[in-house]
Amino acid sequence: MKKDWPLWEVFIRSKSGLSHKHVGSLHATDEVMAIENARDVYTRRNEGVSIWVVESKYITASDPDDSDPFFEPAKDKVYRHPTFYDVPDEIKHM
Amino acid sequence: MTHLNLEDQFQAKIDAETKIEPKDWMPEAYRKTLIRQISQHAHSEIVGMLPEGNWITRAPSLRRKLILLAKVQDEAGHGLYLYSAAETLGANRDELVQQLLTGKAKYSSIFNYPTTSWADIGAIGWLVDGAAIMNQVMLTRASYGPYARAMVRICKEESFHQRQGYEIMMTMAKGSPAQKQMAQDALNRWWWPSLMMFGPKDDDSAHSEQSMKWKIKRKSNDELRQQFVDVTVPQAEYLGLTIPDPDLQWNEDRGHYDFGEINWEEFWNVVKGNGPCNRQRIQARVKAYEDGAWVREAAVAYAEKKDQRKLVSPKAQAEAA
Repeated sequence: MKKDWPLWEVFIRSKSGLSHKHVGSLHATDEVMAIENARDVYTRRNEGVSIWVVESKYITASDPDDSDPFFEPAKDKVYRHPTFYDVPDEIKHM
Repeated sequence: MTHLNLEDQFQAKIDAETKIEPKDWMPEAYRKTLIRQISQHAHSEIVGMLPEGNWITRAPSLRRKLILLAKVQDEAGHGLYLYSAAETLGANRDELVQQLLTGKAKYSSIFNYPTTSWADIGAIGWLVDGAAIMNQVMLTRASYGPYARAMVRICKEESFHQRQGYEIMMTMAKGSPAQKQMAQDALNRWWWPSLMMFGPKDDDSAHSEQSMKWKIKRKSNDELRQQFVDVTVPQAEYLGLTIPDPDLQWNEDRGHYDFGEINWEEFWNVVKGNGPCNRQRIQARVKAYEDGAWVREAAVAYAEKKDQRKLVSPKAQAEAA
């Protein structure tokens, strides 16, 4: 019998108040082993207070070859940024 | 869009310092080069556990033993970060492992030298990890995102490795004359193999030029080797130990140390598999792989059994219980 263990993506919250961040991946047969392996591989130096794992095959990603048109709608809307507006020098705080 | 266009666009991205990510278009040769380099790097971390593992049960104190255990565990972790990075390029983990076990893939030749005394553990941390750090700091800026990110993690952890090695060397160099002699002997045996870690001379390096153009590497083998010699000589002087190279001397004009010629015959001989421990290292890896087969199989069987239970209806589960 020869079967590859599935691949899992690992996300770690480095401390309370911050969001989970992708740190890498690993192989494990199930979610319990994935969490334990993630602890041993990615948090040997107190890098985390919480771990998420998700099997890589369940992640849907945007297409990098399509990223220019895909993100284009936001590109010409400079008025969404505060720096688009002039604030008179007399106004000290805004 | 023609193929040439894609390659030009790719190079333009590299030149503009935009990182390449797994799903981005890349030339097949770039993908292959990275898989080869990253997997060799991963294999080196894994095989690198063996010479040091040799001393875990014989560490001179509990403190040293705990530190060495943590270091060897880190090396396993580094191997895993790197295998994962290689897999983002479409490589299969088990195939990579098979390449190591069958001798098809290379790993760093330094790990084919034996660790014959405790002082070797000091010399490895100081010199071998020191040389690895030179290379890896450069690789934190590699053009391939997952490789560069793995290197950032690794570099943070490596600096503990180097310091613990230097601490062992300091302790022995300041110890009894016999201990100091052990430290000197370790330096004598590890100095040249450490310089060889940077690979062949630039003129003889098969992959260097293209790798520099793709910004996988940013410094040549000879540049990194010089950098290593320059920072390491004062460290040896502080220890009161002598670097085993009669040609080593400061060159005022160059602002660098001159050093003697590496024994390239030895280098190529070890690369080709004839080093002191090549066979032993691979045998150890094969044994670990074979002895662990039942664990891997049992874990898969257990996961499958659990999945099947989830599929059974709650009523049937209640009845079964």
